Amino acid sequence: MRHVIRRILFYICAVWVAVTLDFFIPRLAPGDPVAAIMGKMSQKGYVTPAMQQTLSAMFGLNTNDPLWVQYFKYLGNLLHGNLGNSIQYFPTPVAQIIGQDIGWSIMLGGVAVVISFFIGCLFGMIVAWKRNTLLDTVLSPVMNFLSAIPYFWLALLTLYIFSYLLNWFPLSGGYDSANIDPGWTFDFVSSVIQHTFLPALTLIISSLAGWMLTMRNSMITTLSEDYVLMAKAKGLREGRVMFWYAARNAVLPNITGFAIAIGAIVGGQLLTEMVFSYPGIGYALLQAVNQQDYAMIQSVFLMITLAVLGANFLADMLYAFLDPRVRQERSA
Amino acid sequence: MKLQEVPHSTSAAPAALLPSDPLYVRLLDGLLVIWRAMTSSRKVAVGSAIVGIFVVVGLFGPFVMTYDPNATSHLFIAPPSAAHWLGTTVVGEDIFSQLVNGTRTSVFWGLGTGLLVTLLSVVIGLVGGYFGGWVDDVLTLLTNVSLVLPALPLAIVLAAYFPRGPLTISLVIVVTNWAWQARVLRSQTLSMRSREFVTAARVSGESTWRIIFYEIFPNEIGLVVAGFVSTTIYVVLTWAALEFLGLGDGTIASWGSMLYWAQQAGALGGGLWWWFVPPGACIAILGAGLSLINFGIDEIADPRLRREHPVKEVKSEKAVA
Repeated sequence: MRHVIRRILFYICAVWVAVTLDFFIPRLAPGDPVAAIMGKMSQKGYVTPAMQQTLSAMFGLNTNDPLWVQYFKYLGNLLHGNLGNSIQYFPTPVAQIIGQDIGWSIMLGGVAVVISFFIGCLFGMIVAWKRNTLLDTVLSPVMNFLSAIPYFWLALLTLYIFSYLLNWFPLSGGYDSANIDPGWTFDFVSSVIQHTFLPALTLIISSLAGWMLTMRNSMITTLSEDYVLMAKAKGLREGRVMFWYAARNAVLPNITGFAIAIGAIVGGQLLTEMVFSYPGIGYALLQAVNQQDYAMIQSVFLMITLAVLGANFLADMLYAFLDPRVRQERSA
Repeated sequence: MKLQEVPHSTSAAPAALLPSDPLYVRLLDGLLVIWRAMTSSRKVAVGSAIVGIFVVVGLFGPFVMTYDPNATSHLFIAPPSAAHWLGTTVVGEDIFSQLVNGTRTSVFWGLGTGLLVTLLSVVIGLVGGYFGGWVDDVLTLLTNVSLVLPALPLAIVLAAYFPRGPLTISLVIVVTNWAWQARVLRSQTLSMRSREFVTAARVSGESTWRIIFYEIFPNEIGLVVAGFVSTTIYVVLTWAALEFLGLGDGTIASWGSMLYWAQQAGALGGGLWWWFVPPGACIAILGAGLSLINFGIDEIADPRLRREHPVKEVKSEKAVA
């Protein structure tokens, strides 16, 4: 119990740090968002000092308030779910845009994480079992190389080969928005699947190696345990020893990794979404960066961070549940 | 010859702050251990050779280039030819020349930033681990909080607000990535603190900083090198990602900014594979070289991961090479 309380306190602290960072980064940075937008607007037409004041007020940057008052106003706004208004889609509230986008991210990431987790664990298990055979000597370095490929470049390559050269898949988007209306129709769902396939594939390829290598290494350690030898000596079938004796214990580190990966879904595929112009939260962040939509940048960062923190917390709790040693005092 | 690049670049920092004899000897000893490890493991040797080639190209490549990487010409979108080995961009820049000049930027900023990250984590990890008490509590909390904050999104936010340029990216990466290694080094220092040689140094009246950096640090050099290598992989990837997003200085030739311009010019939709394939391939090969080194180090550290039958050794080398 004490462990749980300590972890909860820690995560409260982490959330506070994230929120505070989100408040201070724009205020400490030399680049002034108001000036940036004013510069952009003045290219298009006349700007007045009144507009500048309005903009400052919109950012909560009006210098009349001392910093701590601004800070508490900001905290109050956050608690009410008021994340400010987007500049690029003015005056849509940021929270609304994020609400629309986050579903796409969760769907894409969820599918990719679950598939790559299962395939990765399976591969890792088999490779460790068939250690020192051709399979292991080829697959392990290949996986190693795959994990070193820059994420977005792999995405660019697959997009180029499968969408541009072969024309099998669409070049961008989450569904065929020109011809199909969203809804639970066959057309819409199949269009979504068609658009999700490539991004999900690149995500799976690039994350597979991590799962596989962790599983392989932990499996190799487990395979040298006495109870595995015992199981073999008893003459149990190979598959039974592999799955129910070795892999069952070796999968522990990957399970906590899985919990964290679930949390990273929201923010972990930023680059993939950007390359595929997939309408998730990562794409929203890229557009916000390009358009200098600062309220949007801050909110997306906050959402991603909260998701990651939540998942880490769950992983911690899960670990305490799975490994009794952690529950006892030796928590550090 | 090229094999020497990596340990030299890592040992450059500690080597700078040593006037005394025993430390020098110990560091040399550490280097010798690394050298032996490098030559004994095939993976480390191949990986070091790859990194070494990139370092050499980065150092001398730009001097032998005939084209200015930023010079435009009337030869637009030319596919690879004898004159332009990797073709030209939409404004007629020579891509091969950009790639070689980009190698210098990407490799050296990558290694330098990796070194900075390592330096920061060494200081925080060793100080926290050695002092204990409230200093350690504060530093550990800082480390753990920094560990759970998502690094790439934070890096994007920071880079979006601060002025564009390699220094910004470098600092942003340092700020977001020091924690993991600091935690490893802290726990190692914690176990070092109660060893006899530290007690002896304390009794003989050595100053605290001397004990930390001259007595304890040399004993952790292996861990630091391993951390440096894995950090550098991450740094190179993050660096390219941030530049690809347009958060770098696009006027400086580098792998990431090449990809950024290729993306901006629609190289993908136009079928200009010679523009966006080479820089990505360079990042991938450099990353593979570094992770080969790391893989080798892992095997040295954990003998159970080594392969058991020397007969099979030949096969694996082919697969690796």
